[in-house]
Amino acid sequence: MPRANTREKEAYRKLSIKASPPRPILRNAVVAFLVGGAICLVGQIVLGWVSSTGIGRVQALSRTQTIMVFLGAFFTGLGLYDKLGGVAGMGAAIPITGFANSIVSPAMEFKREGFILGVSARMFQVAGPVIVYSFIASLLVSSAVLILTK
Amino acid sequence: MIYIRAFVVGGTLCALAQVVLDSTKLNPAVIMVSAACTGAILSGLGLYGALVSYAGAGAAVPLFGFGHTLVQGMMEDVAREGWFGLFTGGFRASSAALTGAVVFGYLMAVLFNPKG
Repeated sequence: MPRANTREKEAYRKLSIKASPPRPILRNAVVAFLVGGAICLVGQIVLGWVSSTGIGRVQALSRTQTIMVFLGAFFTGLGLYDKLGGVAGMGAAIPITGFANSIVSPAMEFKREGFILGVSARMFQVAGPVIVYSFIASLLVSSAVLILTK
Repeated sequence: MIYIRAFVVGGTLCALAQVVLDSTKLNPAVIMVSAACTGAILSGLGLYGALVSYAGAGAAVPLFGFGHTLVQGMMEDVAREGWFGLFTGGFRASSAALTGAVVFGYLMAVLFNPKG
C-alpha cells in the first residue's frame, strides 16, 4: 500500500483535530485538584499523628513522606492506585504516593523478566529520572544560592 | 485550619500539573521530573519553605516538595561543613523517603502481582 503523502497527512491531521472531542481541561483539573488534595489531606493527618510524638518539624515531614511512600506502594500492589491514576491523572501522580506508584507498577509488571533486570531495574524507570534531575537541579540551585549570598 | 490549607494547596499543585499535561505534549514522567525540579528552584528562591510552613503536607507531599527537601538538606549541610555539604545534604535529607521507596517498592513488587 502506498504511504500517504504530506498533503494527505496534513488533511488527515486537520480532520482528526476537528473530529476528536475537545480535551476536557477544566474537568481533568478539578478531578486532579480533588484527588491530589485528598491525598495531601491524608498526608496532613499522618503529619499530625507523627508530630504528636514530639519530634522536630523536619523529622516529622520526612517520616510523613516515608509513610506516604509506603501507602502509595501498598495500594499499587493491591491494584487500586493504578485505577485511581487512570481517573485522576496528575492528582494521583504528583503526590509522593504517585512516585511510589511509578516504582511498584513497572517493577510488578516486569517480574517475569526476573528479579535483577526485571523487578529491580524497572523500579527506577520513572523514579530514576526524577532522582537524577532533582539532584542536579538542587545542586545547581544550592550552588547559586551559596555564591549569591556569600 | 491546617487541614483545609493542606487540601487546597496540595490540590492546586496537582491541578496545575494536570493543566500542563493537558495543554502540552509533555508526558507524565516529564511532568513529574519538572515538578521536582520546580520545587528545587522555588526552594532556592525561599518560596517553597514558606509554602511548607503554610500548608504542611499540602506542600511536602507533592513531588515539588522532594526538590525542596534536597535543597534544604544541601543548604543545611553547607552551613555546617561548607561547600562539600552540596554532596551530602541531598541524600541525608531525603534518606528516609528514598529508603522507603527502595524497600517498600521492592517488597510490594515482589509480594503482589499485576491485576487484570
